[in-house]
Amino acid sequence: MTEPTESLGLLGIPLGILAGMLRGSAPFLFVSLGECITEKSGKINLGLEGTLLLGAMSAYAVSYLSAPLVGDFFAPWLGVLAAGFSGLALGALHGWLSQQRRVNDVATGIAMIIFGSGLAFFFGKPFIQPQAPQLFTLDWGAWSSSPQLQSALRVSPLFLLGIAIAPLLHWFFRATRWGLYVRAVGDSPQAALAMGISPFKVRMFSIMAGSFLAGIGGACLSLYYPGVWTERISSGQGLMAVALVIFARWNPIQCLWASMLFGGAQAIGPAFQSVGINSYYYLFNAAPYILTLLIMIATCSPQQTLAGSPGALGKED
Amino acid sequence: MNDSSLQPPLKPFLGLMPWRQSLEAAFLPIGALVVALILFGVFCSFAGANPFGVYGSIYKAAFGSWSAWQNTLIRAAPLMLTALCTALPARLGLVIIGNEGALVMGGLGATAVGLSLGGSLSPLAVQVAMAIAGMTAGGLWIMLAGALRHYRGVNETISSLLLNYIAIALLNHLVEGPMRDVTFTTKPSSAELNPAIWLGTLPGSRIHFGLLYGLVVCVVAYFLIARTTFGFAARTAGGNVRAAKIAGLPVGKLTLAVCFLGGSAAGLAGMVEVAAVQKRVNESLVSNYGYAGILVAFVSRHNPLATILVAVLLGGILASGGILQRSHNLPDATVLVFQGIVFLCVLFSDSLYGRLPWFQEAVSHD
Repeated sequence: MTEPTESLGLLGIPLGILAGMLRGSAPFLFVSLGECITEKSGKINLGLEGTLLLGAMSAYAVSYLSAPLVGDFFAPWLGVLAAGFSGLALGALHGWLSQQRRVNDVATGIAMIIFGSGLAFFFGKPFIQPQAPQLFTLDWGAWSSSPQLQSALRVSPLFLLGIAIAPLLHWFFRATRWGLYVRAVGDSPQAALAMGISPFKVRMFSIMAGSFLAGIGGACLSLYYPGVWTERISSGQGLMAVALVIFARWNPIQCLWASMLFGGAQAIGPAFQSVGINSYYYLFNAAPYILTLLIMIATCSPQQTLAGSPGALGKED
Repeated sequence: MNDSSLQPPLKPFLGLMPWRQSLEAAFLPIGALVVALILFGVFCSFAGANPFGVYGSIYKAAFGSWSAWQNTLIRAAPLMLTALCTALPARLGLVIIGNEGALVMGGLGATAVGLSLGGSLSPLAVQVAMAIAGMTAGGLWIMLAGALRHYRGVNETISSLLLNYIAIALLNHLVEGPMRDVTFTTKPSSAELNPAIWLGTLPGSRIHFGLLYGLVVCVVAYFLIARTTFGFAARTAGGNVRAAKIAGLPVGKLTLAVCFLGGSAAGLAGMVEVAAVQKRVNESLVSNYGYAGILVAFVSRHNPLATILVAVLLGGILASGGILQRSHNLPDATVLVFQGIVFLCVLFSDSLYGRLPWFQEAVSHD
């Protein structure tokens, strides 16, 4: 692509993949943590793909519109909040609808993908052209003279926030009363009801909290990397996150490692392209999808439910 | 097999139920559509458009004239076929959403065969070969999702969706590389199909024969599911897998067969799009007929006959996208928002089954 890349030679490939791990894994991380909370309560939210898109659009739009009022530093953070709350709103709709009688959560998720992406494209049309202020980044590569290394180590504070949330969530599920409520509802809503917990409310809160995080994942896309708003910005990342949670066995800390794996896989195509290998560009770009499929084939089993799987997941109430 | 307890709950088959419940099965989706239209009108008025003007434009662009009807039916044809990709596996209790991928694979397979046969055989023979290739490619694609489900327990919804992205990547790879026609510069594409093998139009119209394919396949699918032993076995397995296994039904083979049939319908849609509309294969093949097909399947409650009607309705809505943009200044995603609202309303209407007192038989208490 540029001359210094050629001077790096084939070293550019692992570097590109490392950069992908640091930059591209943030949305995976937020969406998978969100899906993790949701699934722990016993419901699936496939609609996080739509949530991701609406989050990306609202973050970008709010950052662009509020920049003249609050300045270029705070505007993107307002955007992040807006992304979270737009996710929350979609989550409320999903949570309510998917808990109605005879309504299947998978079907609701598909509807929410269409609805969420429709809203995002509808309101996002005027924001495809203009440039919105981006989130600041921590330039940990300033010591290096290599521009690749510098851009690879430009880490977003949002990613660090995500890394902090993962163990926090792990602790929440293990050690707090509310975490126990969520797990109880996810394993056996009847038992939870007998304990005096309302499964409806717990699931509602879990789905809304999960969608909030997924919305922030969208903000990572439009305000950090790749840092633009287009209609193709998410390309299935919200759905891959659902598979990622299965791979991570519903464990928030393992979600972190899995997200980095997926972020890296996503960078394979661009990394090969940057060193001049173009012939299989599109096939390399399919790497994350193929990886997801292979992981699901390797980890799923037709006979037994997976270790760590919430007992009521995918069952009718 | 005479044990009535093996019978899954009969849902939408008209004629197999008491008339009030049949009426309920028709009333609820229609009611959901009406509510969705009202909500969509509210949405449009918030976006600054006059909802009644919008309704009028949609009607005019979809069903207002013979020309509008033709536009609508041209779009309805692939929708009927892609909808079956979700509707048939749904009978087995599977939620398959790989319609777009199966359509793309079908289009690729059909084009490969059409280009290699060219004018060597009679046009009809080439078209049949293309249709078979498209159906096989699409069918195998979805059968893969079914096989993963049955033999590995992989969630078929997620795997079929991932297969969409993989199929699109494969399409991009092929039209940028091995299949590329370098003389065509508008966008990376394959070579053009021989004009002799293009699908013709119905006499006196612009509507291509794909509409006929769609109608025939939907009717055949209905009889297959509702009137044959095969369909009965599939419905039984969809109602209760364990009971089906105890009754000795080959659930694995059923899964593969039904997924293959569903995928081949979407693959045929790909062949139709290539042979009648695009004339060559490129990225325009990915035009959301697959995703809209999911909606058609759910709105028609996975009944292949109802699919025909719903596909025509949605075809009309898709046909009105351009008008909404031109005369009401609404972005083209408006149609997508409307689809989302319809989908959500239809899902909610499902929860009302058996709750509206008028539709219940007076004697039944359980």
